[in-house]
Amino acid sequence: MLKTIRLEDENTQFLKKVESISGEIITVCDQCGVCSGSCPFTDDMDITPANMMRKVQLGQSDVLETETIWICASCLRCMARCPRGLDLSKVAEALRQINLRTAINHIKVEDISPEEAKRLPAIAYVGAFRKLTG
Amino acid sequence: MKNNNTQLMKIPYFPGCTLKDQAKNFERSALDSAKILGIEFVEIPKWICCGTVESLTSDDDMHHIAPMRNFIRVEEMNSQKIVDNEYRMLTLCSMCFNTLKRSNQFINNNDQETLKKLNDFMYLEEDYQGKVEVIHFFELLREIGFEKVAQKVNVPLKSLKIAPYYGCMLLRPPDIGIDDAENPSIIEEFISSIGADPVDFNSKHRCCGSYHTISKVQIVINSAKKIITDARNHGADAIITSCPLCAFNLDSRQKEIKEQDDSFKQMPIFYFSQLLALAFGLDKDSLGLEDNYINPEPLLKEKGLL
Ligand code: SF4
Ligand code: SF4
Repeated sequence: MLKTIRLEDENTQFLKKVESISGEIITVCDQCGVCSGSCPFTDDMDITPANMMRKVQLGQSDVLETETIWICASCLRCMARCPRGLDLSKVAEALRQINLRTAINHIKVEDISPEEAKRLPAIAYVGAFRKLTG
Repeated sequence: MKNNNTQLMKIPYFPGCTLKDQAKNFERSALDSAKILGIEFVEIPKWICCGTVESLTSDDDMHHIAPMRNFIRVEEMNSQKIVDNEYRMLTLCSMCFNTLKRSNQFINNNDQETLKKLNDFMYLEEDYQGKVEVIHFFELLREIGFEKVAQKVNVPLKSLKIAPYYGCMLLRPPDIGIDDAENPSIIEEFISSIGADPVDFNSKHRCCGSYHTISKVQIVINSAKKIITDARNHGADAIITSCPLCAFNLDSRQKEIKEQDDSFKQMPIFYFSQLLALAFGLDKDSLGLEDNYINPEPLLKEKGLL
């Protein structure tokens, strides 16, 4: 039997916004869970990658407050395996960007100890600042 | 340094930030080894940081400007005859490879609209023609032929069991990867060519945690521990990588792993080029082993290689 899920306007708007920024057609995710099984960091996350997709499908903007979107390291393991050809790293990036574009950064430079600051390679700084600051 | 080749093949080379700082041993060992194979890496004049990570949103053209400036430099190297009809841009760092190759694909793909928009944006540059092809040193070695590499080996690394750590950036997304995303073999072939034994292990393309080493360190410590333990369980003596960030996370973070778990057995982490230089019989200066966090000398001495 065909079932239709109707979203409220604000939920539809959020879904459309994430689809537009990420360039991914998130509604085609069929919740198979391959991404969650492939992700090396699922254990460190508060919601699974598949759950992140589900929340966006339903237009639930509280996904913006999850740790998952910051933990996704764009490693693309899920993307290489998703049977629907979805790229979750782009969805996570869009969700991070929606936060970062309000000029709130997700990293505090002052939290890095002087010893660590000396030891860390340039590539780590550039990567982190690109991903975690607006 | 020994060099039998009168005419070296000159190829534009993009080093990236970290090869000029923490990963100097990566650059030195690669450049010196390449000469043995008749290749000269010609550093791109005025290269700038590629940005390390690819921009993933559909509405962000700005972050493709840095990669594009570097592509324009390569086209200039050709028009100025610094290199001859060589539009391949050689990279060593996996992250630079990934970011530059993906950006080039983004700029050149579809409709020429992005290319035009970005060219119009850069008033002071010649237009990018879209001729550049980004390649990784592993791909060049495959093209030369691993059997040719093997012929130049002076010191076969016999009895050394090496885990090939691909990480993410050499393989994914699959359409830019240097080999099959799920079942690659190029690094295994490289390891065999220098006389060592490749070790198969499940974590070969598991993410090390990347830039989380700055602000979510525990994620990286856990991930590095899993990767190293997996390699050890499969019999590896050491791991090789071509990414300075993976190298930091796997090598230097063993300090924290050991602090948290005293029973953890540490393992040397090499840049692949360090083992290439060792197999070619290059001297200490080319190897730069003193910059590795876990000292690899005891292992190499035990195997009679130092
Ligand atoms: S693997 Fe793809 S289709 Fe399956 S749950 Fe994840 S995003 Fe959805
Ligand atoms: S891209 Fe993100 S969600 Fe996908 S496997 Fe990697 S870390 Fe997990």
